[in-house]
This record gives sequence, structure tokens and C-alpha cells, in this order.
Amino acid sequence: MIDLIIDFFKILFYTMLDVLPILLLIVFFQLVVLRQPIPHLKRVILGGLYVVLGLALFLMGLEKALFPIGEIMANQLAAPSFIGVAENAIADWTDYYWIYIFAATIGFSTTIAEPSLIAVAIKAGEVSAGTISANGLRITVAVGVAFALALGTFRIVTGTPLYLYILGGYIIVIIQTIFAPKDLIALAYDSGGVTTSTVTVPLVTALGLELSGVVPGRNPAIDGFGLIAFASLFPIISVLGYSQFMALKNKMSHFKK
Amino acid sequence: MIKANILLFYKKSKAAFLDLLPIIIVVVFFQSVVIQQPFPQIGEVILGVLLVVLGLMLFIEGLEMGLFPIGETLAYALAKKGSLFWLLLFAFALGFSTTIAEPALLAIAKEAAKISSEAGLISSDPSTLNTYALGLRISVAVSVGFAILIGVLRILKGWPLYYLIIGGYVLVMVMTIVAPQEIIGLAYDAGGVTTSTITVPLVTALGVGLANVIKGRSPLLDGFGLIAFASLLPMIFVMGYGLFWF
Repeated sequence: MIDLIIDFFKILFYTMLDVLPILLLIVFFQLVVLRQPIPHLKRVILGGLYVVLGLALFLMGLEKALFPIGEIMANQLAAPSFIGVAENAIADWTDYYWIYIFAATIGFSTTIAEPSLIAVAIKAGEVSAGTISANGLRITVAVGVAFALALGTFRIVTGTPLYLYILGGYIIVIIQTIFAPKDLIALAYDSGGVTTSTVTVPLVTALGLELSGVVPGRNPAIDGFGLIAFASLFPIISVLGYSQFMALKNKMSHFKK
Repeated sequence: MIKANILLFYKKSKAAFLDLLPIIIVVVFFQSVVIQQPFPQIGEVILGVLLVVLGLMLFIEGLEMGLFPIGETLAYALAKKGSLFWLLLFAFALGFSTTIAEPALLAIAKEAAKISSEAGLISSDPSTLNTYALGLRISVAVSVGFAILIGVLRILKGWPLYYLIIGGYVLVMVMTIVAPQEIIGLAYDAGGVTTSTITVPLVTALGVGLANVIKGRSPLLDGFGLIAFASLLPMIFVMGYGLFWF
């Protein structure tokens, strides 16, 4: 318990340093450049205290919950005894199918519940004047993330080079950008950014790193990262694809009339 | 008064808990149906989950109370003021300072330092680990600063977005060839991490403020352009950081 408290104050001190640049930014620009007093000063100070305290608690919880969950899941689902091969024997990539399913489920469920995605989806429904639906977009992004994480874990298991996948993804995005309806391109790029939330990032990172440590022949430093990159890239492709599909469908129904 | 506060607390923590709920459901399902083994350190993990919920709740509440409103009015006021120097300095400082405090980046930097030392790329004494993690965060923060600066310049000059994006993609690929392979995965991930809790709302406010002040710009398109850069440049900078260390 004492350790916990000492730990907490240590983290609290460091988070104060982390938040300091924002504080300096606001004070400098408000007082020196704009020469105006800071509005609602009491509220701002109280808000600042909440931010520091919240960040410190989050970082503690991260060490105790989010990292361990990712590590334990990767460890258990990729253990030789669980996938049914002898210790230290090289398993086929298909033996790790529970890992792919787990990664896909985590990707889908966290994305579908992501508050910032819900906000973006509603905005998208308004911008497109009804050609795309908010729920359709949410499901599209979630499927994109699910596929991304499954493919990302597959890449870690097989140890194929990351840049090939990313390069391929970029080429697809560029080609789609040329052909997709113009007013939805911005939105598609945005959806790539909103999927990786503060809770998901540590958990998925720990999952990938631990998996690359458990699978024989993989090196965490080379193979372990990359899941977040996948999760930011594939929603762009799936949303662009969705908007292309809806545009095509609209054209077809006009044609029939 | 107290009752109202308790109600508010309940509401806020419920929102933070809902963020974690999908993870809890999926993990519990896999543990009980697929793995069917006792979950190690279950007490610690539950305590940690509570800390994460409480921490996120306070963090977001604090941002909404103080930082977001003041940041938004500042961004708006500076966009209107019309001084290019202060605007660009503000853009850079905003990108830098919000990224340094980004919780997801803190998490990833720590893991990255641990992994690099286990692989024998850097020495494993705590001070080297801290320097490495801090250096990583600073290079990401500087890159986001530059990204926002370039994004603001783009809005002012009306440069087409896709030239810069495609140029950025090409640079990422060039750096991938040059950089040590141990940094590539981390660098690609850094791009996705920066665009989360603090950075996005403030940067969007800056973009929307600018687009409103300059005639003939669409707030939706220009606000987006800033975020797109903020995920491209960190990849390039982190690969540069890898070149420096390994």
C-alpha cells in the first residue's frame, strides 16, 4: 500500500511536467500576445488539477490493467499447450487462429463503442445528405479495424515485413482517393484517426509485443509493433470503399428509373 | 448540492466505464469460454481497471472544464489577429505541448524503451530507458508541431492537400528504406497514436477558426487537413530518431 502511494506521487510529479508545456502555451499567448486576462481562471485551474490527477491515475491503471490484459491474452492464446503443438516446435500460422479471432473481436467491439466515432458518423450522415447512414459508417469502420488487427496479428505470427503491407495500403488509398466521391474523402481520412483511442492503444500494443515474444523465431523489436498502424490505415480503405459502393448504388437506382 | 455532485460523478464515470466495457466483455468471454484457465493477477487487474476509469474520467472532465474552451478561444482569436508569426508559433507550440501530454504516447514510449533494451539496442539502466522514452516523445511532439505549422500554412496559402499527403507518403517510404528495421514498426504506430484525446479537439478548433476567417474555405476540409499531417510527420521523424540511436 505504501509503495502504491509513493508510486502515485512519483507519477503525479512527472505528469505535472508533462502538462507544463500546455500551461505555458496558454499563459504566454493569453497574457503576452493577446494581452487579455485568462477567462474563468478558477475553473481553468481546477480543470488543470483534474487533468494532472486523472493522467496520473490513468498511467497507474495502465501498468496494472491494460498492459497486463494484452500480455496475458497473447500469452495464453499463443501458448504451445493451448494451440496443441509441442514446446518449441514451429507451429503453422493457421494454429494461431484464436489470436486472429481475439484481435478482430477487440477491434470491432472497441470501435463500435468509440464515442468520437459516433460523433463523426452522425456528422457524416448530415454531410452526405443521406447517401450514407451513420450506423452503416460505424459498422464499416469497425469491420475495417477488426480486419486490420486480424491481419496485423497474422503479420506478427508470420514475421513478414511491415512496410510491404503499409505500402500496399497506401497505394490502395491513393487509387481510391482518385475515384471516391470528393466530399467524403476528408471523412474517410478522419475515421482512420479516431479509431485508436487512449484505452485501445496500450492494450493492442501490449498484445502485439507479447505475441511477438511468444511465437518462436519472432523478435519483439522488429515484429512487435505495427498493429496501431494497421488500425489507422484500414478504416480509411473500408470507408472509401463504402462511399464508393453507396455512390454506385445511387447511380444504379437512378439508372433504373 | 452534494447529491447533484454525486449524480454528476456517477454520470461521468459511467461514460468512462462504457469506454472499457467492450474490452471487459471480450476478455471475459475469451477467458471463460475459450481459454478456461484461471486469470493471473486478477485482483491487480481489477484495481487497475478502476484506476483507468477514474483517471480517464478526471482527465477528460478537466480538459473540458479548462483546456478546451480556452484553447478554442485562443486559436480563434489568433486566427483573427492576422499576425503570421504568432499564428505559426502558436500552431507549432499547440502541436508540441498537446502531444507531450498525450496518454497513449506516454504508454507506447515506455513499452518501446523496454523492448529496445531487451533486444540489446540500448543499455538497460533506468536513466537510459528514461532518456530514450523522453527523446521518443519529444521527436513525436516536434513532428506534430511541424505538422500543424505546415497544415496552417497550407490553409493560408491554399495549397492542395493531396500533393502534400502523397509527398508525405513518398517520404515515409524513402525513410523506411534508410531507417534501421527495429524502429519501423514503432514509427508507423506513432502516426496513429498522436491523433487522440487532447490533440484532435484543439487542432480541429484551430483549423475551423482559420477556415472561418479566410473566405472561401470549408471548415470540414481544412480542419481535417491538419489531422492528416499530424499522423504522417511523426512516422518520418521517429524513423529519423531511430537512425540517431541505433
